[in-house]
Amino acid sequence: MNPSIENSIAPAPAIPPARLPRKTPWLGLVGASICFLWLMVALFGSWIAPHPVGEVVSDNVFDTISAVYPFGTDYLGRDMLSRVLIGARFTVGLALVSAVLASGLGTLCALLSVVAPKWLDEIISRLMDAFISIPSKMLALIMVSAFGSSEVLLVCTAVLSYTPGAFRIARSLAVNIEALEYVQVARTRGEGRIYIACKEILPNMLNPVLTDLGLRFGFIVLLLSGMSFLGLGVQPPDADLGSLVRENIGGLNQGAAAIVIPALAIGSLTIGVNLFIDRLASRRGRRAGGR
Amino acid sequence: MNSNTLWLIVQRFGAAIVTLLIVSMVVFAITAVLPGDAAQQALGQFATPEQVAALRIKLGLDQPGVVRYLHWLMNLIGGNFGESVSNAMPVSDLIAGRFPNTLMLAATTALVSVPVALTLGIGSAMFRGGRIDGALSLITLALVAVPEFLVATLAVLIFAVKLGWLSALSYGGDASSPWQFMRTYALPVMTLSCVIVAQMARMTRAAVIDQLDSAYVEMARLKGVSPVRIVLRHALPNAVGPIVNAVALSLSYLLGGVVIVETIFNYPGIASLMVDAVTNRDMALVQGCTMLFCSAYLGLVLMADLCAILSNPRLRTQ
Repeated sequence: MNPSIENSIAPAPAIPPARLPRKTPWLGLVGASICFLWLMVALFGSWIAPHPVGEVVSDNVFDTISAVYPFGTDYLGRDMLSRVLIGARFTVGLALVSAVLASGLGTLCALLSVVAPKWLDEIISRLMDAFISIPSKMLALIMVSAFGSSEVLLVCTAVLSYTPGAFRIARSLAVNIEALEYVQVARTRGEGRIYIACKEILPNMLNPVLTDLGLRFGFIVLLLSGMSFLGLGVQPPDADLGSLVRENIGGLNQGAAAIVIPALAIGSLTIGVNLFIDRLASRRGRRAGGR
Repeated sequence: MNSNTLWLIVQRFGAAIVTLLIVSMVVFAITAVLPGDAAQQALGQFATPEQVAALRIKLGLDQPGVVRYLHWLMNLIGGNFGESVSNAMPVSDLIAGRFPNTLMLAATTALVSVPVALTLGIGSAMFRGGRIDGALSLITLALVAVPEFLVATLAVLIFAVKLGWLSALSYGGDASSPWQFMRTYALPVMTLSCVIVAQMARMTRAAVIDQLDSAYVEMARLKGVSPVRIVLRHALPNAVGPIVNAVALSLSYLLGGVVIVETIFNYPGIASLMVDAVTNRDMALVQGCTMLFCSAYLGLVLMADLCAILSNPRLRTQ
């Protein structure tokens, strides 16, 4: 049987990443700037926030955008600008930690399964296949129902749902590299398995793995803010951007800034990440194609 | 269809059932075994050890996890999902009451989004590299990236608050007249369609472009066949398999989106039932809904697989 057909009908759906036209390199720059801006907000947001996060500053709830309150006020009359600046720390921080852990764990398992004996590879691959067939939101819902919601649990859930995808991509990269001559040479030289995995294979798959990490970060932002939006994510008094949308949902009928702005903030973050990653991926594709 | 294809299909079905079994093990392990003693939790801190022991025996918790899992699985196969604690009703009754609503929402969304997505995908493949194609890839990239509740919020703001055409809240199931039906379903369906149309259009575009790059299309072009005819008569019949595959995969994304959309529009479907169950930690109901969603998801992925197999002529001739 044709092995490429066998691979193409594996149980997990794979959406081909979007490719923007090559004529628009500035979009990648826009994406990178948005990512940088949000990273800065996550790091220094609590310093530049004009008000403490829980302070009620205005008698008007769901105030519109004004010079005093640039993002309006929320359902209790708190300053939305401060709440968004501080909430971004949870959204970006939790997603970044989860994405790094998921990608790291996935890559580690992939390297292990490539250099380890066949039976270990089989076990790891089957296990990952089982986890990939539970939709991430379903897994998050059952995890929260079983253990209650906390930040540690949210990170664990995100890692559990997104490690299999990272594993799959890293494994296919590692398998390809493992077949190359220089790895064969290293093996003939008598190098150990750990040396081959860390010194020969890993450095040569780092770029695509980092791109994949970026994509995963975007997915995890969506998952975590979705959970917070359902009231099952970050719990009060802490609030990430998804919780801000949820707690101000009462202002929807008035078109309050308090609900639109955090939702737009999440959207801008994920779109920025995608634009940036898309640019990186297409540059790499051109380099590889130009060989 | 020859025995080779038939065998491949049987294999796929077998793999799907095995995966579903593993999924059920994971679900059971997370919801019933790992969290610890359900009897202790139910009775609280001040229960006497005798009370806890009695409830443990009543709930069957004194048996090992494997026995409990097999018992649970047998019940599940027999259609007995257990009793919902927070509603004091059998889970199967609760699910049966809500299931038609979710099915209606999903079916309407599919009915709306598939034609739109196919038109967009095929259109942008035909005018590849043009301005329309560029705009569409940017829009689909943005739509795939944003959370469902942003789309929902903006849709409510525009159509319900500013324009006043539709009501912000959905009163699911009220479909007595076509007009009522429109008002009830317009916003949820629009929100769900946005993300799915973007996914599907992008995958359709990729499938058609894959065909347009092939040698026989080049031949047709050299022969002087018009671009429209090339796409409709030459490329499209060969792209049907990948496109149906794309449609089935995209529809599996409904499962994630429907959770958010049913919550934001107060739509009485399975997903909002499940979110309530998670909030109340109503385990039997969570297990039932999860298994239902995971089966639907695996079913759609299986369908996508089968379409890929059936549409691949290489597998038929071998």
